[in-house]
Amino acid sequence: MYAYDEIDRTLVNERVSEFRDQVKRRLSGELTEDEFKILRLQNGVYLQLHAYMFRVAIPYGTLATNQLRALAHVARKYDRGYGHFTTRQNIQFNWIKLAELPDALADLAKVGIHAMQTSGNNMRNVTSDQWAGVAPGEIEDPRIWSELIRQHTTLHPEFSFLPRKFKIAITASDHDRAAIKIHDIGLRLIKNEKGETGFEVLVGGGLGRTPFIAKTIKHFVHGRDILSYIEAILRVYNQYGRRDNIYKARIKILVHELGIEKFSREVEDEWQQIRNSSLQIDDEVIEDIRSRFTYPAYEKLPHMPDELRQAAADPDFEAWRKNSVAPHKVQGYSIVTISLKPTGGPPGDATAEQMDALADLADKYSFGEIRVGHEQNLALPHVAKRDLPALWKALDKLGLATPNVNLITDIIACPGLDYCSLANARSIPIAQELTRRFANHELANLIGRLHINISGCINACGHHHVGHIGILGVEKNGEEVYQITIGGRADENAALGTLIGPGVKFDEVADVVEDIVEAYLALREQPEELFMDTVKRLGVEPFKERVYATR
Amino acid sequence: MTSPLEQKKIKIAGPSVVTANRTWDGIVVYRTAAKGWSADLSEAAIVRNSDEAKALLAESVADDVGAIGPYIAPVQVSADGKVQPGNLREQIRRTGVTIGQPAQV
Repeated sequence: MYAYDEIDRTLVNERVSEFRDQVKRRLSGELTEDEFKILRLQNGVYLQLHAYMFRVAIPYGTLATNQLRALAHVARKYDRGYGHFTTRQNIQFNWIKLAELPDALADLAKVGIHAMQTSGNNMRNVTSDQWAGVAPGEIEDPRIWSELIRQHTTLHPEFSFLPRKFKIAITASDHDRAAIKIHDIGLRLIKNEKGETGFEVLVGGGLGRTPFIAKTIKHFVHGRDILSYIEAILRVYNQYGRRDNIYKARIKILVHELGIEKFSREVEDEWQQIRNSSLQIDDEVIEDIRSRFTYPAYEKLPHMPDELRQAAADPDFEAWRKNSVAPHKVQGYSIVTISLKPTGGPPGDATAEQMDALADLADKYSFGEIRVGHEQNLALPHVAKRDLPALWKALDKLGLATPNVNLITDIIACPGLDYCSLANARSIPIAQELTRRFANHELANLIGRLHINISGCINACGHHHVGHIGILGVEKNGEEVYQITIGGRADENAALGTLIGPGVKFDEVADVVEDIVEAYLALREQPEELFMDTVKRLGVEPFKERVYATR
Repeated sequence: MTSPLEQKKIKIAGPSVVTANRTWDGIVVYRTAAKGWSADLSEAAIVRNSDEAKALLAESVADDVGAIGPYIAPVQVSADGKVQPGNLREQIRRTGVTIGQPAQV
């Protein structure tokens, strides 16, 4: 966990007071909606179909149990008893009243949580690997650098009125769980030949109506220079970004139009002017941030405790363990992913009761820490293996032990037309139907790793472009129609999916996915060949033929 | 189901209402003939041509404190005068999400 200091606390509290005054002036009519809109957006407040939506940041996906309880409290007191975890380590509340928002923010501020820069054309919540600090083989904890960037960019005037929103993600592992290649800036923490910490810097990734995979702009930027290098990128973006056209305003368009070589030359010129300035980071600054992260006092525990050996006889436990439990860097411990994808449930939603109960379990079994991943699941990062059977039983009672992590029903979905004012089609009911269709755990395991991502409009909040199977809802002649892509992925080998043919109707989507899966099972050469391997080997044609042969 | 953000021209093809979200709590409301807002669609002022729609929208926009984001939405009016939303988006706005909410499931 990271311990905020007095500066952070003052900043957050002052922001609450400022927003309270802004809301008061809005409700009295002193501020018009046009004047107020930019202010509410800077505090994470959107207007959706039914109500205001309130988006709260969970920096680099790390939550303490008192913070999770505070989120449960907001869900219960100010909303309808649940929250929705997003693809960028935020939580959204869908039914908040504007008049009560300052009180909700004040309650969150007591535990160091805020909604600053969770919307608007500024630097958004810096995201990272939800296994940061505990993943085996990780170079170092990427949250230290995430926190450095968070501190530098929060309320930074130069980054508060960008041409468009701007998102940074950081990973420090070979396997990218932070989806850095679909971010405006992606940072991969690496060591140079001298053993010094630095970053491979990628730029220009993003989804939406014009998707791009990020390109490497610099193979190594020393850690001490990372703020100046990011600032150089943002200065070039601020200068040349397309403020005249919202659809062309993201940095990905600028990188594409200039070309990565020209763009990188512009950044290099800018960087040379500022790299030896006060933006150069002293080691003490990093060490100070590092010292504010606390790590558990792990015990010396056996690799295979008796409790785990005995529980292995229970097939239900084993089914959960195989998909939800991952190796930890410390012997005797595990990382446990908590699926928020129950059969028939909206992906990413958790009730206030579940949040409170999970906080209790985290106190008991995970040193009081919870993580939030971009796949809309949660994780307990420090669970002793001996405690896994007891934890599983407790999670099962809460409806949080669905054994489907990384399987076909572990679906990413945006809120879609059920909530979102931008959506053209519903996402959640499609996800619900698919979780019912593939509810048989043996079938899901037989299929193996397969990610389905669903968006209800071209803005792609459900990351459909990078789903192994991507589903995009559009509107055609007043009806919901869904376009299907296959072959996308968001990891270190990120790729955009390929459209397989004409859109299909709402009622046909689950059948189409079933056809694709059946084709895969028939085409794969061996059970170990994953869906993406088959797509890579054969291309999309066999799947296309299967889907459209009878349609 | 066109988003109001893309609603550039005022051109209506049938009976329509002006809808928005109430400022203080965000709930869905409809402009009434009494120049107020109601959460009940049956109380909405119905317009049937572009000039009427333009006028109703203009007075709605002017009431910036009462409700935000007003736009024209199609409705269906049955022979007995019952008013129904004219598309899925407006149906969802009126009756709520088409899925069970987690706290209720």
